[in-house]
Amino acid sequence: MSVGVLQPPVVAGRLSGLHRLRALGVLDWFAFAVVAFLLVAVVAPGLLASSDPLAPDSHLILAKPSWSHPLGTDYLGRDEFSRVVHGTVRTLVGSAIAVIIGLGVGTLLGLVAAYFTGFVDTVISRVVDVLLSIPGLLLAMVIVLALGFGAFTAATAVGIASIAVFTRLMRSEVLTVKGLPFVEASHHLGGSTWYVLRKHVFPNSYGAVLSLTALQFGLAILWVSALSFLGYGAPPPKPEWGLLISEGRDYMVSSPWLVFGPGIFITVSVLAFSRIGHFVRETMS
Amino acid sequence: MSHDDDPPIAVQDLHVGYRRGRGAHAPVVHGVSFEVQRGATLALVGQSGSGKSTIAHAIAGLLPDNGRVLAGEARLHGQDVTQYRRRRWRTLHGSTIGFVPQDPLSSLDPLQRVGRQIAQSLLVHDVVPRREVEGEVLALLHRVGIADAEHRSRAYPHELSGGQLQRVLIAIALAARPTILVADEPTSALDVTVQKRILDLLGELGQELGLATLLITHDLALAHERSDRIIVLNEGVVRDDGSPHDILERPTDAYTVRLLSDAPVHSLDKYADRAEPEEAVVVAARSVTKVFGTGPSAVTALDDVDLTVRQGSIHALVGESGSGKTTLARIVAGLTSFTGEVSVLGQGLPQEPGSVNRRARDLQLVYQNPLASVDPRYAVRRIIEEPLVLAGVGDRAVRRARVAEILDQVALPSTVLGRRARELSGGQRQRVVVARALILAPKVLVLDEPTSALDVTVQAQIIDLLIDLQREQDLAYLFISHDLSLVRQISDRISVLEHGRLVEHGETRAVFDAPQHAYTERLLDAVPGIERASADRAA
Repeated sequence: MSVGVLQPPVVAGRLSGLHRLRALGVLDWFAFAVVAFLLVAVVAPGLLASSDPLAPDSHLILAKPSWSHPLGTDYLGRDEFSRVVHGTVRTLVGSAIAVIIGLGVGTLLGLVAAYFTGFVDTVISRVVDVLLSIPGLLLAMVIVLALGFGAFTAATAVGIASIAVFTRLMRSEVLTVKGLPFVEASHHLGGSTWYVLRKHVFPNSYGAVLSLTALQFGLAILWVSALSFLGYGAPPPKPEWGLLISEGRDYMVSSPWLVFGPGIFITVSVLAFSRIGHFVRETMS
Repeated sequence: MSHDDDPPIAVQDLHVGYRRGRGAHAPVVHGVSFEVQRGATLALVGQSGSGKSTIAHAIAGLLPDNGRVLAGEARLHGQDVTQYRRRRWRTLHGSTIGFVPQDPLSSLDPLQRVGRQIAQSLLVHDVVPRREVEGEVLALLHRVGIADAEHRSRAYPHELSGGQLQRVLIAIALAARPTILVADEPTSALDVTVQKRILDLLGELGQELGLATLLITHDLALAHERSDRIIVLNEGVVRDDGSPHDILERPTDAYTVRLLSDAPVHSLDKYADRAEPEEAVVVAARSVTKVFGTGPSAVTALDDVDLTVRQGSIHALVGESGSGKTTLARIVAGLTSFTGEVSVLGQGLPQEPGSVNRRARDLQLVYQNPLASVDPRYAVRRIIEEPLVLAGVGDRAVRRARVAEILDQVALPSTVLGRRARELSGGQRQRVVVARALILAPKVLVLDEPTSALDVTVQAQIIDLLIDLQREQDLAYLFISHDLSLVRQISDRISVLEHGRLVEHGETRAVFDAPQHAYTERLLDAVPGIERASADRAA
């Protein structure tokens, strides 16, 4: 047989990496820029917005957007841009907690279900089916009502609501990988179940899960904001994106920038993260 | 448009190149010339990367988008086709030139009945009136030797065997009555007995229809039996060109000489001086039976098979696909459950293998596909080191030293240590998995078709290596192969399996010289060149 088919040309890994960087589109660069901006807003919000997000100014109540106040001011005269930037940390940390819970628990459950099959798989898969049949946000609301209000519990609730998605994906990836010859080969070389799971099955199946993580992070931002919009999350006066929209809602007609400002932040962030998720998937495959 | 005195295929100083990325076309075929007359067969022989398939594709108008004829001409019945666009090729495909591809299963639409796929070829070229198409399909199927054509024409590709699929593809290629047939490794995916029948069929049809046949193959012995003229290619350059007899008996070129000496069929006694195997039995299997599935759909893969492998011996397991040889190998390696008794180094194997292999230091399996059997994320150092880590051998420094030592034994440079398996050549990958299997110093190695994906030259190197290692370390090999000349060359004893039954076993040379079972005889007859070799020895 023409063996050329079986032997793909030797390609140096570094070269293909460079190739990928060059293949980055304008949108990818924009997405990375947005995420970089958000990271700065989390770590050092003072660099981006110099005014105090909590200091009211009675002379500037509900001021229109201007150079000194890019997103205007709210009903107490606080700088809206500064509040949005300072609120980033709550929203993003909340989303991060949610994703870590979903990713961690979901990955573990998926791994266990797929690897041990049989009864364990049946139980986990049915629970996942039940979780998937309930809309995520609704499930998160139920959980937050059970756990009590607060920024952390809202994040936890969103995390629990997203476990099922991760479990399902991880399970299907592991099912694919564990049938491959090199997994059997490692068993044959003397590897224990746990060793093979940890060293071969897991590293070769988490690529897809990682790209889902970026997508799910965007969704978590949306859900965490939605929960605090509804008043289940962080209490005022500390700023948080969903909460800011909720506060701005009362002045929607007279001062729409109080809704649009944080709204645009949420939209752009979610889109940026989903773009990165796409990029991660391309890179991993 | 065509004159009868123009040869069907005339290639003159052909240069073909491929473009990678945005650069210029890199030439892979450098000035090849030949002619094929009506009723004649020309064999293009070479290893992978020799450009033989590229030439076939250029002549058949099947070059990929990044491939181009850079210079020279290819005339089909006097017409130069090198600058043809897709539209002009469409009229030639089928009606002038028929193409038989390499892999029968992936060359047919899995969702269409094979009869329909043949009919398409008839309809596209208006070969017969529409209402006669059905009859013509059956006639074609009958012609290519498919029994019960009416029934088979309604089958889907997955319902047919590899040999039948290849017959269907030949029927499609010949449907529009071409004058030229290009067969690109038409039998490399088939068992040896099926290969023989397909090649017989191609030869008959070529004679009967006066086809000019271009046969692409990597197998010199096969080319010798099946062609009127052989061209040996290496890296896009013609190394040898002449009648089959001249090429095999009086090769003029060093490369051809090397190809001949690397092919096991031409050097059957290369390893005849190997030491006699010892008495001690390392693998003993008694009445091993394996049934897959239950109830009416159960398939018996192995039926009451015995096997004895002695220390320091090479025991070959041969048979066609589906004969159960890989199943037996997996049972011996402790990967598959079975009924019966199997013992390795005197210790019985459990009938239900556990998830942890406790016999890793006694016996190792070398998988058929080296690339698939190593973790794609691991670099070579980690791949080879893994058995040591699992066995808890030494500290990091000791393991590194051991890896360096084994790397030396399998003749790999230390530069490969940092690379992943996909960045290595086929021969290097095979060396890596052999190194991994040997690092725990087992006494038995089960080798499942270890060289089936390799070129003869690389195969010869790997076999040399395996023989050396076997000598040095007094290993026993259970060697599974469908390549009977290779088995004849290296093995001491042989077991022949047919449909899960052991039909013959004994000393390799004795079995080859005087096969007792009809199936063994059939297998041996089908091997290209093996008769010639044994006749030579008798002379």
